[in-house]
Amino acid sequence: MTTLETFRSALQALHSHRLRSALTMLGILIGIAAVILTVGLGQGAQAQVQAQISKLGSNLLVVTPGSTTSSTGVRGGRGTSSTLTNADAQALTAVSVAPDIRAVAATATSNQSVTAGSTNWTTTVVGTTPSWAQVRSRDLSAGRFLTADDIAQGRAVAVLGTETVTQLFNGRSPVGQSVSINGSTFTVVGVLTAIGSTSTTANEDDQVIVPQTAFATRVAASSARAAVSTIYIEATSQGTLTAAYQEAKSLLLTRHGVTTTAADFTISSQQSLLQTATATDRTLTILLGGVAGISLLVGALGIANMMLVSVAERVREIGLRKALGATPSAVRRQFLFEASSLGVSGGVCGLVLAGTGAVVLPHFLSQPVTISATAAAAAVGVSLLIGVVAGVYPASRAARLAPIDALRND
Amino acid sequence: MSGPVLSLRDVRKTYVMGDLRVDALAGVSMDVYEGEYVAVMGPSGSGKSTLMHILGCLDVPTSGTYELAGTDVSRMTEAELAEVRNRRIGFVFQGFNLLPTLNAWRNVELPLLYAGVSRDARRRRAAEALERVGLADRLDHRPGELSGGQQQRVAVARALVTDPSLILADEPTGNLDSRATADVLGLFEELSSAGRTIMLITHEPDVAAASARTVRIRDGLVDLATAGAA
Repeated sequence: MTTLETFRSALQALHSHRLRSALTMLGILIGIAAVILTVGLGQGAQAQVQAQISKLGSNLLVVTPGSTTSSTGVRGGRGTSSTLTNADAQALTAVSVAPDIRAVAATATSNQSVTAGSTNWTTTVVGTTPSWAQVRSRDLSAGRFLTADDIAQGRAVAVLGTETVTQLFNGRSPVGQSVSINGSTFTVVGVLTAIGSTSTTANEDDQVIVPQTAFATRVAASSARAAVSTIYIEATSQGTLTAAYQEAKSLLLTRHGVTTTAADFTISSQQSLLQTATATDRTLTILLGGVAGISLLVGALGIANMMLVSVAERVREIGLRKALGATPSAVRRQFLFEASSLGVSGGVCGLVLAGTGAVVLPHFLSQPVTISATAAAAAVGVSLLIGVVAGVYPASRAARLAPIDALRND
Repeated sequence: MSGPVLSLRDVRKTYVMGDLRVDALAGVSMDVYEGEYVAVMGPSGSGKSTLMHILGCLDVPTSGTYELAGTDVSRMTEAELAEVRNRRIGFVFQGFNLLPTLNAWRNVELPLLYAGVSRDARRRRAAEALERVGLADRLDHRPGELSGGQQQRVAVARALVTDPSLILADEPTGNLDSRATADVLGLFEELSSAGRTIMLITHEPDVAAASARTVRIRDGLVDLATAGAA
């Protein structure tokens, strides 16, 4: 008997028990759809976080002060004290010591009330260098960014985020206008291109960028003039990120005269930020995926159960088929085909349901659902496997039936 | 003249139930030649069902040899027996054994399906077999839409469709009224005169009387006078 004929016989048998087949299939359908959707939700959330973090700049390392663990085990929090300086940032730019570092931007930040005319708005003022734009992957939508000259001259110029512009200038072009920060007047020279607000980080569209020299003299409190709050480092490529990390770490350890255990700074990469941000998502995905997986297992038991009932019910038919020349393997194949058809059709319908869910759900959850081709292929593969595994025992029972016993059954 | 279509030599079948050994067949020898129409008759418990199972290659003897169309089938594996059943034997059962979900020609094509015959050839040969038993106009009817006699005719068509060496009928009229019985026996008569080898197993003397030769079986032994063994 050819494979096609076996398949046709299997479908015929399933068709003659339409309701039972449909209900059994439903078990797999729900299981597959649940697994794909939970994994899709998890992947969607991860992709979202990934996109947010990559907006911070590519191949980025972030050096923050503090986070020290003393010999007594007391761990100082981030920003406990500002141990990083502009000189540290300057040293990191030296190609001879740190060949894998492309650019460095030291930033000092302060929350200030910024005034334009009669409007004022409290926002983050960042004192930094021209390399900031490159390191943080930011473009300008109008005007220009800070220049080396601005730093050297200590010019009172500012570049604004789009949100800040909206708040202070109500849509008017701000370039050439002036704003007042901490009593000093700054001329607006440029506007940053918006990158969209992010929930995991500070609003990157609401800030004022000024030269670090002007920041030190006009904005910062006198005690913190030389301090920087964060040094951003851009590695030459994704592949050299680890090397850049090592270079930055050893240089800063040497400059601060401390050992690794007493390090008074923390270097984190996008990778580590990502890991922290996605760890929770992943745990949740695994948990929910596990529950969905159990429902898939229950679906598999449903197939096994139905096939066993089907074999018991069709003892006569099996006996007849054998009397007419069906070999044990032909009988086994027919029942395996029946079980795997149930599995695969359940899987494909589940995939369709999950696909529909992926389109519909984001409207209710404000959470993207990512269904990858791999997940889809895996789902169909798994449902086929489930059908085959669930069918093995019933099919071999059918194959072992002796034709005389089967025919005697009246 | 060629050898017998089927030949049994000292065939025994012993069932062991706990300490009890039951010889369902206690050394049966018989021959059936091509074109013969033979009835095997005996009361229930005589071993005729066991004989029928062995003749039909549904079971193998405990000892002795069974040659079907010149091939010793008494030591074959299950898969080999399946092929012998498929190619050499056409079964007609008491309970018809038609699959209720399939229409007449689908039922008739079943043995051809397992023989690996193409779809078109199956359809053509099934239609021919149904025409042969007078059901040319019932091809697409399901068993439930046919009378008992018609259902048994479909079963006979199914037995004929592979052009087997032997048609083996086990109480083919057991579930039929007298009119349908006469109808089916008439069909066997026709097939026999067309040269088919037919073995019919029954406990009814008037059914056995329709055959050319009657083999009597009692207590697992065949009446030697009727066995036809050389």
